[in-house]
Amino acid sequence: MSALLEVEDLRVRFRTIGSLRARIRGVEDPFIDAVCGVSFSIREGETLGLVGESGSGKSTIARALIGLNPVADGSIRFDGREIAGLGERQYGALRREMSMMWQDPVGSLSPRLTVRSLVTEPFRIHGVKGRDLDEEASRLLTMVGLGPDFASRFPHQLSGGQARRVGVARALALDPKLVIADEPTAGLDVSVQAEVLNLLGDLQRRLGVAILVITHNLNVVRHITDRMAIMYLGRFVEQGPTEDVFFHPRHPYTEALLSANPEPDPDAAKERIEISGEVPSLLDRPKGCEFHTRCLYAQDDCRRVAPGVTRESETHRYTCHHPLSE
Amino acid sequence: MPQAEPLLTVSDLSLDFGTPRGRLHALRNVHFAVPKGRIVGIVGESGCGKSTLAHSLMRLVPGNADIVAGTIDFEGENILELGERRLRELRGQRISMVFQDPMTALNPVTTIGRQMYEIQYRSKRSSAEKRTAAIEMLERVGIPDAASRLDAYPHHFSGGMRQRLCIAMALLTRPALLVADEPTTALDATLEVQIINMLKDLQSDLGCSVVFVSHHLGTVAELCDDVVVMYAGEVVEKGPVREIFHRPSHPYTQALFECDPGRIKEKTRELPTIPGELPDLRNVPGGCIFKARCPKAFGRCEREHPEPYVAEGEDHVARCFLLDEEEVAA
Repeated sequence: MSALLEVEDLRVRFRTIGSLRARIRGVEDPFIDAVCGVSFSIREGETLGLVGESGSGKSTIARALIGLNPVADGSIRFDGREIAGLGERQYGALRREMSMMWQDPVGSLSPRLTVRSLVTEPFRIHGVKGRDLDEEASRLLTMVGLGPDFASRFPHQLSGGQARRVGVARALALDPKLVIADEPTAGLDVSVQAEVLNLLGDLQRRLGVAILVITHNLNVVRHITDRMAIMYLGRFVEQGPTEDVFFHPRHPYTEALLSANPEPDPDAAKERIEISGEVPSLLDRPKGCEFHTRCLYAQDDCRRVAPGVTRESETHRYTCHHPLSE
Repeated sequence: MPQAEPLLTVSDLSLDFGTPRGRLHALRNVHFAVPKGRIVGIVGESGCGKSTLAHSLMRLVPGNADIVAGTIDFEGENILELGERRLRELRGQRISMVFQDPMTALNPVTTIGRQMYEIQYRSKRSSAEKRTAAIEMLERVGIPDAASRLDAYPHHFSGGMRQRLCIAMALLTRPALLVADEPTTALDATLEVQIINMLKDLQSDLGCSVVFVSHHLGTVAELCDDVVVMYAGEVVEKGPVREIFHRPSHPYTQALFECDPGRIKEKTRELPTIPGELPDLRNVPGGCIFKARCPKAFGRCEREHPEPYVAEGEDHVARCFLLDEEEVAA
């Protein structure tokens, strides 16, 4: 299968202080690199998971992909076409094929529109003519397991899980090729979370849509993604097939993240790899390997030299001087 | 749970919320005890009343809440009958609380140091001693360079650090009971582990009791000694942590564990769920509260409300007819 989305060396920068103030204070580089040279690809019908802690740049990547954050450098090819740096108008048309499920399920729905208007809004925005909107609304609502009766409800009459389903229906309304799901289960209870994940998996099998799942929850990634990438300070530290990364993590940060997932068993072996400290500031990136300040295995060279990308196999890559053994 | 003398006993607590569409029966006949020096976890999904219960332990309930029945016995006093003045003496002194959101729990316009002295306002110690106590507690919760951080404002700290500050403040007065309402929900996984381990160490050092509210089964398994499982405003099951996690007896607890993806070892694309929705608590259905979603429901669940029946293992009870000896015999 060909790659649907190919991202190469993507960089997203944000200005920290105004240009005048920067000149007065003599700051030469008033920017932070929120995403710092990230490369990945998604094939048609594939699910990729982006995992990382708050502030690692996951959502920034998503927003850059659909043109909501300016791309400072690098290329984004979607369906064979370069899309980084396209104008707003061209991007508008592109968002038919690449749609977004927002993080806050209730907050992303207008409180004044009915569910019918919400799920048919994509048709109006993209000027899709000649469709019976009532029919489309009931088709979409049935598809996400809500049923046509929900069409007349308002967002405040929905539970978190139902609002999430409306979000899924909106994202899938125009048969996109790629859906970007930003934290699809944040704020949901475990039983509802499982429902939403089952729904996404089921729709993917039926419609063959590719999904980029952004989450901090490793359990989510485990069950619905084919491949995953772990982010730290705006860079990928490891990426590979999900099962590979779960069973043979090579980067110490991946290991720590996997281990930070408390098991629901009081007698589970408590050989926890606990990393100390917090994520460093983007304004003051550590020298050498950026993870060395929290790494349990850091050695001298880690403090001096930034590690390059090691390809363990065709698909499994990591950036570490002293990777964990198998 | 009679291993240790209970510090706090909640008996038969019922709480209603007045809403424009009628009274919502948010807690019904809640009964549990917190023994001295133990950590009791309260688990359940959103809307099951776990936060309402945690807040009512300090009587910090909103104006439309109405405690209709029950007692909360704490060190020989019924919290529900205390006057405002006595309640103020208890709050922050004998019982203290850590809230869910560390970003809004601290006063943004005064320094950390000031907030940490203020919380000791009942103490007769000199201000120098209060300062020392504050520094010592900050060091204990892992704030580096504590003495100089006293002059910092809350916005200088990250979310994880702020939750550490909140815990430091809550423990500064050496309370007998710490109520922690989802203290790690807003934090990342690696920080969550750090906070949980820190709470555990502090609890064993200070010997206080803890009520730990969470929807995260993993952290409860890790931290708690006893577990109370709530569903739709009722305690459906309670017991020691090993009993609950190894031999869940109520069908709701079983279902809740089954759909936790952390428990599923094999990769699967079809995760188990709990079909159906929470019952409407304005109009509480008769019979067992979980019957509409229960795969094992039978005739009696429809008609009668189950008592807490003794399940396998010591001090382990669940509100399910399947544990009734009559049903077992039949």
